[in-house]
Amino acid sequence: MPTIVVDVMPKAELLDPQGKAVAGALARQGSTRFTDVRIGKRFELTVEGPADEAVLAEVREIAANLLSNDVIEDVVAITVVD
Amino acid sequence: MRIGVVTFPGSLDDRDAQRAARIAGAEAVPLWHGDHDLQGVDAVVLPGGFSYGDYLRAGAIAARAAIMTEIVEAAGKGLPVLGICNGFQMLVEAHLLPGGLIRNAHQQFIRRDQVLRVENNSTAWTHGFEAGQEIVIPMKNADGNFIADDETLKRIEGEGLVAFRYAGGVNPNGSLDDIAGLTNARGNVVGLMPHPEHAVEAGFGPDTDAAMKSGVDGLVMFRSVIERTLQTA
Repeated sequence: MPTIVVDVMPKAELLDPQGKAVAGALARQGSTRFTDVRIGKRFELTVEGPADEAVLAEVREIAANLLSNDVIEDVVAITVVD
Repeated sequence: MRIGVVTFPGSLDDRDAQRAARIAGAEAVPLWHGDHDLQGVDAVVLPGGFSYGDYLRAGAIAARAAIMTEIVEAAGKGLPVLGICNGFQMLVEAHLLPGGLIRNAHQQFIRRDQVLRVENNSTAWTHGFEAGQEIVIPMKNADGNFIADDETLKRIEGEGLVAFRYAGGVNPNGSLDDIAGLTNARGNVVGLMPHPEHAVEAGFGPDTDAAMKSGVDGLVMFRSVIERTLQTA
């Protein structure tokens, strides 16, 4: 059964407090070459039958209206993996 | 006057909101998230808590509950709706209020008796306050950091949609423009992160300059909506 992966990231111009905390931890452990960390979400949606255009259209709709909040996040990728 | 309080899976302060409604002089009506029924109430409170464990985004799953269809429709017709903490998060997720609420800038859960400044005292829930009045309301949250893009923030400020701002020299969570609560343009939908239902009875409220646990400023919000409803009835 195919799986459709939806990647959601906090908007680039907005503060990402979790990413900032991880960046601080990296700096404290001596990994100083990384200037920024941002944390997003990965959703894996498994579908019965082929991941055809109708399914992908529905996933795009779900991604925009439930999986992400366009006030604070962007859907950065929707990919089909088998 | 009947004030409905919706219970969602993970609501914590629904009983406190019912108690506040009763202390203010209204009948408290418990409503259930899975019903398509507002039971003819005159106002609705979306209470605090951690609906669905804050999974996905705080308030996001509750904002799509069955009863929200009726609430969004009724709010559009002018029904007073108050979102407290998790309820405020539901209101922004349901697009009844603008912007978004994310993790506190310092990454920590915070609990404090917070000074707020009343910015808009023309709403259904705030007209009992003086404009610019400073009040003390308890707050307790991890995701109270208000954000919006520049254009939205300009509109919020330009149209006077800020209901409450953090004051007393403390912005407890990094919210843009010290925003603690918002109203819609019509003034019937109000959301805020602090908890007015925890400041309704002397002896059980926030500490104030006057005395420990003496704060009852939250009662004004429930009395405001009762008064507004009785006026228009």
